[in-house]
Formats: sequence, structure tokens, C-alpha cells
Amino acid sequence: MRAYAIETAAVADAEVRKLMRDPTELMSRAVQPVLWLAIFGQVFSQVRGIPTGSLRYLDFMAPGILAQSILFSAIFYGISVIWERDLGIVHKILVTPAHRSALVLGKAIASGLRGLVQAVVVYGVAVATDVDIQWTPAGVLTVVLAVVLGSCIFSTFSLVIACIVKTRERFMGIGQVLTMPLFFASNAIYPLDLMPGWLRTVALANPLTYLVDVLRGAMIVGGTSVHAWTTSFAVLLGVFLALLALAAHLYPGLAR
Amino acid sequence: MSASAELFAIATSRLGKRFDQIMALDGLDLGVARGIIFGLLGPNGAGKSTAIKILTTLLDASGGSAQVAGFDVAKEPVEVRRRIGYVPQLLSADGALTATENLNLSARLYGLRGAERAARVRDALAFAGLDGVADKLVRTYSGGMVRRLEIAQATLHGPEVLFLDEPTSGLDPVARHTVWDRLLELRRSRGMTILITTHDMEEADVLCDELAILHRGRLAAVGSPAALKAQVGPEADLEDVFAHFSGAVMDQGGRFRDIRESRGTLQRLG
Repeated sequence: MRAYAIETAAVADAEVRKLMRDPTELMSRAVQPVLWLAIFGQVFSQVRGIPTGSLRYLDFMAPGILAQSILFSAIFYGISVIWERDLGIVHKILVTPAHRSALVLGKAIASGLRGLVQAVVVYGVAVATDVDIQWTPAGVLTVVLAVVLGSCIFSTFSLVIACIVKTRERFMGIGQVLTMPLFFASNAIYPLDLMPGWLRTVALANPLTYLVDVLRGAMIVGGTSVHAWTTSFAVLLGVFLALLALAAHLYPGLAR
Repeated sequence: MSASAELFAIATSRLGKRFDQIMALDGLDLGVARGIIFGLLGPNGAGKSTAIKILTTLLDASGGSAQVAGFDVAKEPVEVRRRIGYVPQLLSADGALTATENLNLSARLYGLRGAERAARVRDALAFAGLDGVADKLVRTYSGGMVRRLEIAQATLHGPEVLFLDEPTSGLDPVARHTVWDRLLELRRSRGMTILITTHDMEEADVLCDELAILHRGRLAAVGSPAALKAQVGPEADLEDVFAHFSGAVMDQGGRFRDIRESRGTLQRLG
């Protein structure tokens, strides 16, 4: 168990060091939430066409934009794994006796930490646009846990795709195809109640929906979650563990 | 440990690998004695990299068996991994990390901890001659420095067997000689068994105690450089030996992926 933790920490540590040395991607990923909240959100707040209960539309969508920011950032994480494969880094790591799942978990945790940086950016924009943020310790802690878990899910999903497609060109294509359906088939910018039945079914099978649901209850004053937090966290954790097992199984295939 | 495992660091029996319609490795029988530098030669596509990938547990064989350091690569891969080091053909040190960070990552993944890890990393930096630049990013290193770091990284846990896939490909003559010096030192001071693949006949002649020539996935010849030269003719050099046992396939250029990987390495070396 201790060896597993050390291996996981070693990979996460290396990933975080790399991230801190090259924050370009973090900066570029910060642009999108700014646009969504500062432009799209401001305008749609005036329309009042989407029923959001007692919440202003901007308050309603802010957790959705945080989740979107995490999704868009994490879903392309796999490209770095393909890059590492092309450089032979994956081969060298895979001949060590380290547990395969520890190697994957280390990368997921690093992605979780990156998600927290994204969260800080979104919180900054939300404050600047007068979103009514809930600053209670329980709320902030819940957001932190949800952001880390959400990042782990989508980065590991990304790694699974990378292990299957193995080339940067194919990966970019699939990444682009997946992000928008995942985003729009969720409760990020409109409530589930507005969706037609089939889309609602899809949204309920989409982990992003549960992530947004937790964030909405924890992040915003007056925000409510449709599902109990225990249910949402159980779904998110279950999805992550399934993806972790699948990624650990597929990861060695990158060296073949 | 069986008698054959005591004698041989690497032993394969009818080892085979098929990729769809291509037989990359076809019934390879090989015995590599402990403590020697063993060279695997052959044109691109002959099966050298496939053999190394199977022996380092990166690839499953389609048939036959292989033992490394006394353990079966298919049945006991983790035990094999504890006892081997591997330097891939591609430059595999992470350019976004420093030498110290690269070494620390490997050390942690090999289960080295605390003071022992710090001592091993320090020794590895000294071995690679990188003490003065240990905290610089690897992407600023020359090709020779990267290769020396990779060898240090692959040996800091004290493996019994070290695998290197074309370790001096793309290096200038000075860097090539420093890599050779490190490998000879590993054999001399640690009694390490070293298996390398190479296209460089001078390298094979200078470094290797024994050579095997692969041709279309099969073992075409095996023996010491001197014995192989003697088999071909009194004036023969290793170029003649290579051409004799592998035919004229050197000119065919190998598979697309082999060439792409070689070029990728050369590109990174500038």
C-alpha cells in the first residue's frame, strides 16, 4: 500500500512540476470561462428565457462553466500521454515494477490539481461578474473535492481514448467530437427539466451532470442540488474507479 | 535458481511474435551469459526491437518462452522488471524535468526511499558526469548528456541486466565514445549483463563480447566478433559478416515505423 502511494505521488509530483514550468495551457484554458461568464452569461441573464427558480441565470450557470472548464481542460490531457509515448517516456516508465494503476492515478491527481487552478480562475471571474458565491468552509471544501474528482474522471477518460487511438491526429479529432456533446447533454447551462425525455436520459448517464449538480449546491448562495451529494459523489467515484481500472489495463498497450 | 538461469542472464526458447500477417520474431533460441555485453544486430525489421520489447515485458510473445535474470517474462513480469534496466531507442528522458527530477522519478518507481534514494541519485549523477548541471532542464542538454542520463536512470536501482536499443544512434563520435565508456564501466565494476541492439559495426566490434545476427525474425548467426569474422573469411570485418548473414536487406531500408522512430531520435538530438 505504501509503495502504491509513493508511486502515485512520484508521477503526480513530476506532472505538477512540468505544469508549473509551462503555465501557457492554463492561461489559454482560462479564456473560455471568461467568455462564457462575462459575455454569454451577462447577455442571457437579460433574456430570462430559462427558468432557474430563485437564482439569477448568471448564478445558475457559473457552476456549469466551472464544470465545463474542468471538462475542456482535462479531456485533452491524453495528448500528453501520446506525446510521452512518441518520446519513449512511456516505455521507460512501463519497465519499472510500479503498479500500472498507480501510474494512471498519479496522472489523474495531477490533473485534479490543475482543475483547482481552473477553479480559482472561474471563481475570480465569477466574483468580478457579481455571481453570489457561497464562501462557507463546507461549500468550498465540497467544490474542491468535486473539482478534483471531476478532473480525475475526464483526464482518465482522456487517457483511455489516448490508449485506444495512439496518435495525436486521431486523438484531437475525437476530443473535439466528445467535448460539446458532453457539455450540452448536461445540466451545465440549462436545467434537466427543460430537456426532451431522450436527452434527459442521456444527461442522467453523463458524469458531468452530477458534477454540475454538486457544484451548484455548494458554490452558489441559494443554489440547490437535485441529487443528494452522497449520490452524486458515489456516481462520480464509481465512474472514476471504473475508468481507472480500464486505463490501467490499456496503458501498457501504449508501449506495444 | 536453475543451472541455465545461473549461467544465462537471458535465455529464450522458440520465442515468437506475430503481428497480423508478419512474423516479426520466429522461433528465437538465445542464451546470453551473465556479465557480458551482447550485441543484437540485424537490418531494420529483423526483429531486434521486438525481441527487446518482449524481454523487457513491454510486449507479449505469441509463442515460446523467455527468462531474464532467472524469471519468466510472461509469468513473472514484475520480478523481471525489478531486475532490469531499459534505455529505449527514443530519447526517453523527460525534457521538461531536470536530471535530478528524472532520476528521482525513476528511483521512486523502483521503490528506492529516503537516504538510499538520495545516495543513489547522487551516485547516478556522478556516473553520468552531470553533477554540475543536475538542476538544469534536460531539454537544454546535448544528445550525449541525455544518453548518459538515461543510462544512469536505467541503472540506479542496480539491475542485473541492462537493455539498450540503439543507444548511440544519432550521437556524434565524442558522445558515442563516452556512452561506450559508461557501458564498459558497468560491465567491469558491477558485472552487469548488457544487451544492446545496434546498426553500428564499429560499436559492435568494440563493445560486444558476443553477437547475434537476426534476419527476418530468425537467428542467422551467433558468436564472438572474432569467431563470426573467421566464419566468413580470413580478411572479413563485421560489415562483411553482417552482409553475409543478413543478405542484401540493408539496402531495403526497414519498416516505416523503424525509420520514423530513428528520425524522431535524430531530430531531438538536433
